[in-house]
Amino acid sequence: MAYKIVTSACTACGACEPECPNVAIYEKSGMFYIKPDKCTECIGHFDDAQCLASCPADCVVIDKSIARYQPRA
Amino acid sequence: MPAPEPGQAKNGRPRLVIPIASAGSSAACPSEGCHTSAATAPLTEHIWQKIKDHPCYSVEAHQHFARMHVAVAPACNIQCNYCNRKYDCSNESRPGVTSEKLTPEQAALKVLAVAAEIPQLSVVGIAGPGDALANPANTFRTFELLRKQIPDIKLCLSTNGLALPDHVDTIKHFNVDHVTITINMVDPDIGAHIYPWIFYQHRRHSGIDAARILHQRQMQGLEQLVAAGILVKVNSVLIPGINDRHLAEVNRVVKSKGAFLHNIMPLISDPAHGTHFGLSGQRGPSAQELQALQDQLEGGIQLMRHCRQCRADAVGMLGEDRSSEFTSEKLKTIAINYDPAARERYRAYVEQERADQRAAEQQQAQHHVASNLKTLVAVATKGGARINQHFGHAGEFQIYEVSASGARFVGHRKIDHYCAGGEEEEQAMPSILNALQGCTAVLVAKIGRCPQNELRAAGIEPIQDYAHQYIEASLLAWFQQYLERQTSDNGSRVA
Repeated sequence: MAYKIVTSACTACGACEPECPNVAIYEKSGMFYIKPDKCTECIGHFDDAQCLASCPADCVVIDKSIARYQPRA
Repeated sequence: MPAPEPGQAKNGRPRLVIPIASAGSSAACPSEGCHTSAATAPLTEHIWQKIKDHPCYSVEAHQHFARMHVAVAPACNIQCNYCNRKYDCSNESRPGVTSEKLTPEQAALKVLAVAAEIPQLSVVGIAGPGDALANPANTFRTFELLRKQIPDIKLCLSTNGLALPDHVDTIKHFNVDHVTITINMVDPDIGAHIYPWIFYQHRRHSGIDAARILHQRQMQGLEQLVAAGILVKVNSVLIPGINDRHLAEVNRVVKSKGAFLHNIMPLISDPAHGTHFGLSGQRGPSAQELQALQDQLEGGIQLMRHCRQCRADAVGMLGEDRSSEFTSEKLKTIAINYDPAARERYRAYVEQERADQRAAEQQQAQHHVASNLKTLVAVATKGGARINQHFGHAGEFQIYEVSASGARFVGHRKIDHYCAGGEEEEQAMPSILNALQGCTAVLVAKIGRCPQNELRAAGIEPIQDYAHQYIEASLLAWFQQYLERQTSDNGSRVA
């Protein structure tokens, strides 16, 4: 799985973008998106998923359509 | 009355309280540098130089100078129960609202366009719509561009304080003279009712934990700014039932730590704004409650009473907002011809006006009267420290408390325009009378016959005699006549 941004609820404030340890968040035409192949759900980096914890609009959700990230042993 | 000596005009400074009795009273001081009164601490020359062109830091300067906010800081690192930045409306004027966010480059261009159009512009601030220091890259890049482009503009920022201790050196580096910290509590138990969460050091903290960290960071940031010689204004949102009894303590603490000015702002809580307080039915304070608290705090740290709680993209004098004239769309079509000399000429003009204004006050002060009477008077002004607005065009009135010891600005009251046209006129009058409640008179540049009669019927005297003259001197002149009439009325009653 990976996190994704619900764009309809996003205010495009950009608070999440610099917080992502994987540089998985990018801006395109004034909206922000998460690259699922780069997202590690912050496992191994932080206790809280940074995009989720920093979002003032609570618009970050887990994307269940993507397989859960497996940290390398 | 001779014109003041040039040296006197240069060194003299307007006070927040203008004493009528200048000679023979214990307050009289031969040195121009120490206008002490019970209510206000003396301003040193050094501080006066810093604030004299800043409309938010000096009530006097707000009559002459304009500010603008550039909305380059959309992100925030805390959540406040009175804030919801999802909402945007160009007709809405309150903090945290902006119509478009800007890149630092767009912001720098916009500042030039505004400076070319509005020579009164003296300050550029970054006040969100999120938190200036939660967007440090944007904020400081904007300052860097502005320092190069328009070096004589004052830079200013406002913050919730959470990230402040990390940035004081950079703030100093860009010669930012003024920083506003929003401090709503000095007790985390109270803070827990205001802040649901903060994002700090890669974690979301909530409840009392969040408030404790925020409080500690705010105090640390305040101390560091004061140590760096930066003037600090503290904004506090007055939230009835939550921090209304606590703000006296906030006032005491921030004063002891060296803050320069305290601005108590009424909570804005409309359910339509979608804030937690708005939706949960938390009410804002009445104008009377706000003023009662401000009066209670008089004598401590200086209070700001002329705040208009402006938008994160506000442009113009404090009472007006011209942001819609400078949207990105419009900037594309404007040819910007910025001439720094125009702003310089305007500053010289203001200095001359200030000298004339002081001369007018001093002349008026010679007719000293003894009385314990105090009364509220409303003034219609477009700025320039003069009574220069038509009653029907006023969007707000400035309220002064006038007594034998001087004219003191106590606040402003907003109204709907009387001259809205057609049937609306009749609907506007009750709102105006409400705004003028408690005032003895209203001083205007001009007023029609109908509203004059309505004002008189409500016990408020409409006065046009001082049209286009200086506010303070006119208030004192009016007050003398008022006292004389009162005395002769009493005399005739006795006889």
